[in-house]
Amino acid sequence: MSKLNAKIPEGPLADKWQNHRESIRLVSPANKTRLDVIVVGTGLSGASAASTLAELGYNVKSFCFQDSPRRAHSVAAQGGMNAAKNYKNDGDSVFRLFKDIIKGGDYRAREAYVYRAAQVSNLSIDQLVAAGVPFAREYSGYLDNRSFGGVQVSRTFYAKGQTGQQCLLGAYSGLIRQMARGKVTMYSRRDMLELVLVDGKARGIITRNLVTGELERHSAHAVVLATGGYSTIYYLSTLAVGSNASAAWSAHKKGAFFANPSFVQIHPTSVPQLNDYQAKLTLMSESLRNDGRIWVPKKKGDNRHPGEIPEDERDYYLERRYPAFGNLVPRDVASRAAKERCDAGYGVGETGLSVYLDFSQAIGKQGKDVIRSKYENLFDMYEKTTGENPYKEPMRIYPAGHYTMGGLWVDYNLMTTIPGLFSIGESNFSDHGANRLGAGSLMQCANDGYFILPVTIGDYLADDIRTPKIPVDIPEFEKAEKASMEKLQILMSVKGTQTVTSFHRRLGRIMWDLCGMVRNEKGLKDALQMVGKLKKEFWSDVRIPGTLYEVNQELEKAVRVADFFELGHLMCEDALAREESCGAHFREESQTPEGETKRIDSRFSYVSVWEYPTKGKHHILHKEALGFENVEIQERSYK
Amino acid sequence: MEFKLKIWRQKDARSQGRFVDYSITGVTGNMSFLEMLDYLNKTLIEKGDDPVAYEHDCREGICGSCALYINGRAHGPADEIATCEVRMRLFKDGETIVVEPWRAKSFPVIKDLIADRQALDKIMQAGGFISVNAGSAPEANSIPVSRESADDAFDAAICIGCGACVAACKNSSAMLFVAAKVSHLALLPQGRKEARKRALAMVAKMDELGFGSCTNTTACETECPKGISMTHIARLNREFLLSGFQT
Repeated sequence: MSKLNAKIPEGPLADKWQNHRESIRLVSPANKTRLDVIVVGTGLSGASAASTLAELGYNVKSFCFQDSPRRAHSVAAQGGMNAAKNYKNDGDSVFRLFKDIIKGGDYRAREAYVYRAAQVSNLSIDQLVAAGVPFAREYSGYLDNRSFGGVQVSRTFYAKGQTGQQCLLGAYSGLIRQMARGKVTMYSRRDMLELVLVDGKARGIITRNLVTGELERHSAHAVVLATGGYSTIYYLSTLAVGSNASAAWSAHKKGAFFANPSFVQIHPTSVPQLNDYQAKLTLMSESLRNDGRIWVPKKKGDNRHPGEIPEDERDYYLERRYPAFGNLVPRDVASRAAKERCDAGYGVGETGLSVYLDFSQAIGKQGKDVIRSKYENLFDMYEKTTGENPYKEPMRIYPAGHYTMGGLWVDYNLMTTIPGLFSIGESNFSDHGANRLGAGSLMQCANDGYFILPVTIGDYLADDIRTPKIPVDIPEFEKAEKASMEKLQILMSVKGTQTVTSFHRRLGRIMWDLCGMVRNEKGLKDALQMVGKLKKEFWSDVRIPGTLYEVNQELEKAVRVADFFELGHLMCEDALAREESCGAHFREESQTPEGETKRIDSRFSYVSVWEYPTKGKHHILHKEALGFENVEIQERSYK
Repeated sequence: MEFKLKIWRQKDARSQGRFVDYSITGVTGNMSFLEMLDYLNKTLIEKGDDPVAYEHDCREGICGSCALYINGRAHGPADEIATCEVRMRLFKDGETIVVEPWRAKSFPVIKDLIADRQALDKIMQAGGFISVNAGSAPEANSIPVSRESADDAFDAAICIGCGACVAACKNSSAMLFVAAKVSHLALLPQGRKEARKRALAMVAKMDELGFGSCTNTTACETECPKGISMTHIARLNREFLLSGFQT
């Protein structure tokens, strides 16, 4: 347990961050120019961290697997970004945002961490506006806000349904500015394969150049992982197809503990699966639930056209079950409610695995033009995907794997259990407890990258001001490169019969069915067996065409899927060990008579922190106890 | 549905490429074009052949990775659509479909259907930003922006950087790409201060990297997956001319 020091500063909640910033060590401007930092990933957190570190004077090496840093998956976030500005004068405050996140996460996040996020959120909005993000405006010229699920105020800043794209491009513009100044060296089309430790500290990475196939050694005084989430483990998810866990997993295998791996948010509103070769599920932003009403027919198997089903034969089940929040209940609640209706036989569409999201009343009241101005790109995207016009008939939607609250364990400085290895944005176990509220992801990414990490990393690097550049021709790098090469060679040498994707699909199916929206002991035990068996089959029968030294997209996928087997195993173990329901983690054995999540605070009010086994086969579970001094712990009700 | 495919295959940047014919059956109308290619690749791999390399990531038309020239059009047969959003129902059963990478001097082919578009990032480095460091931003509402300007800026800012405008242009000009960024930032008070310098620097960089000049053929606007208007090129020209008078 000695390794798990969260380093939460002393003092009242509201003063902790200020006190911490004023007491941690600094690195002088002259010394910063002698220090190198690696940042892996160029999403909102990675790009903002890389540019801010470079502005401060550090020499930054930035990595992404895409051809350009502008394509990282933050680009696809749709609905918005929260901040506690209280521009709407509706009673919002830093404390209320903090409380909403803690409650939304079902009391499984750290108070100090979340309070800081709420405080910093206002700075993040200021920064992105200054960088040129065209957030929505009122006619007065001031910023507009809308409301999002799980809260009763309007604090979400947005740029139509493309808020993530605009925020990411804002951060990217800062990044390219530093590239032009020579303070950031960009390495695109690179996959990180290994973390390199020297004397127990993170000092570099091994990457594969995805064009030439060559392995490369990169060194630095500290390494930052901003490598995003892993719900692509379900194969079909709302994530970009290339999103993966491999960088985080390689760090985990080198000693970085992994927290709450089974906490995965299943997003309630995605376009349902349309064909067997489908590669991903298209997200429809939660913001649509501001104006769209969710319903299914009251009669089982009613296959009339939705327009022909009269009002009194429709079941607006969210409004029925949760009158206080209605269609704006948090994501986990909305997802399970959709699954419940479909499993009970009330689902619509060819497969019966979808529900209606209906805008007819909103269009009737507000007019088509107003609805178009709010959601144009989402309605277009829906029509392009399905061929159906949502202005005329209701959308059909179903839950899909989306955001991973779990991730690398970090302390208050965002440092993992490996000295010098930091993790920011979705790749850490984050502010969001067991469930993330909408518009919280961009907020956290911008906070971490612009305002938290660039300060806290100084506390670590202050010890390194006399450390010269880290050489790459030392045994540690040699050994890591050799290990990477061996893994690739073993994969290439299997020469089996089945494609990587076919394995990924099967793994995804197991995880979705048994470690997805609803879990139980037997299912999870079965899943552990099945994942283990499939993993064996993968290593003996996967077919990867081509060679090591060329563009080889099948090899790239194989490396990622190989890691997903191990992560999938840990997710099941984590879900099995947590014999309670909380947030997005729903154990059937632990529910209220109404079928809602039932937390067991007396036994599970902790973060599950998993250590990779250095000896033996099994991961070791550490528990970081959670204390709540500033919010009253309640049953999380949205009725 | 079934199709004949003529796909550009090229081993690497140094090799000569050529079209290779494939036939594919069992395609459904609601498959995306890329899912059809995935399906083709599955059969190629199982036969022991090399799959077709192409770029993709978000598969919902926002990351700008996918970039295929389909039947002579950037991003295929429909307007305002990225390659990943193209569905097979847009094609006639039995049709022959020709698939190529972007063709432009500044976009060398890396393998099969993958072209190197790093030149676009280099243009952006020349000035596609507002020079504001983290920490120095004023309170967000202290910079009011008229709703009209914000909306116009947004319409330019939605560029996904795919390069279809370059691929569609007979001169391989990147004018629409540059104009979208110059226009987005020039329309906002935050970006006004550097507007003219920005226009000059980005156009100069575009020329230096071998992109052609704009002759107003409007092909870029037609093929832009986000429907970015050529009026932004007019705004770029204005900033560019004014910058000339100023210096």
